[in-house]
Amino acid sequence: MQEQLLKDSYSVCAGEYQTAGDASASIKRKLKQLGIDSTILRRIAVASYEAELNLIIHSQGGELMMEMTPVQIKLISKDVGPGIADVSQALKEGFSTASEEARDLGFGAGMGLPNMKRNADSFDIQSELGVGTTIEMGFQLK
Amino acid sequence: MRVEELKELLNAVNLNEGAALDGEITCGYSCDLLSWVLAHGKQGMAWCTVQTHVNVIAVSVLMEMACVIMVEGVQPEEASLKKAMEEGMPILSTSKTAYEVCGLMSKAGVGVPVE
Repeated sequence: MQEQLLKDSYSVCAGEYQTAGDASASIKRKLKQLGIDSTILRRIAVASYEAELNLIIHSQGGELMMEMTPVQIKLISKDVGPGIADVSQALKEGFSTASEEARDLGFGAGMGLPNMKRNADSFDIQSELGVGTTIEMGFQLK
Repeated sequence: MRVEELKELLNAVNLNEGAALDGEITCGYSCDLLSWVLAHGKQGMAWCTVQTHVNVIAVSVLMEMACVIMVEGVQPEEASLKKAMEEGMPILSTSKTAYEVCGLMSKAGVGVPVE
């Protein structure tokens, strides 16, 4: 097990569109201070913002966590429900169950999960209806 | 081209007066679907939109864009302007349409984003 250099956690409330991006901006700021390469930083920022938005748009609340070791940065999004009925469908670009409110703001294009997957080196999603969804994304530093 | 020059080209007003306008513009873009912009946004981008809410600023900052161009005279929400001020993101306001703005940027040599 690699030594952990940094661990961060942000709680994200359902429906809080006004603060969307705050957790991602904070994560990005901290990693920037640590001198993480700007290309990796951008990928992490996009993935974390998408995860944060998903928590706001789709979940009943959850947490966005970041862990850093000397070799990788891990982003974990964990919510308390409602869970995804069909994960493989949710992973398809263009598929979305976002509300009218989210769509009016220009979200809900069905690009969230594909965008996370595209930007991360590793991507894992576990979801159970009535329980919740956990997404783990890894970004290699070396 | 720098943001200051783009402002003059478009005859636009920078609504975030405190923001530095010396950022170099790397490419131009027009899109109102924020999810799409998240997938295709680039560092140094000059982004045209009619969206005015605070998430526009969050996206532009995360993407490290050069500026946001609010077209057709739309005005940013108060929260958006406040966030733009905190983050130093220029907001150029113009009565021109996105089509006109992109035409002018293209003519002036600002290219499309390269994937």
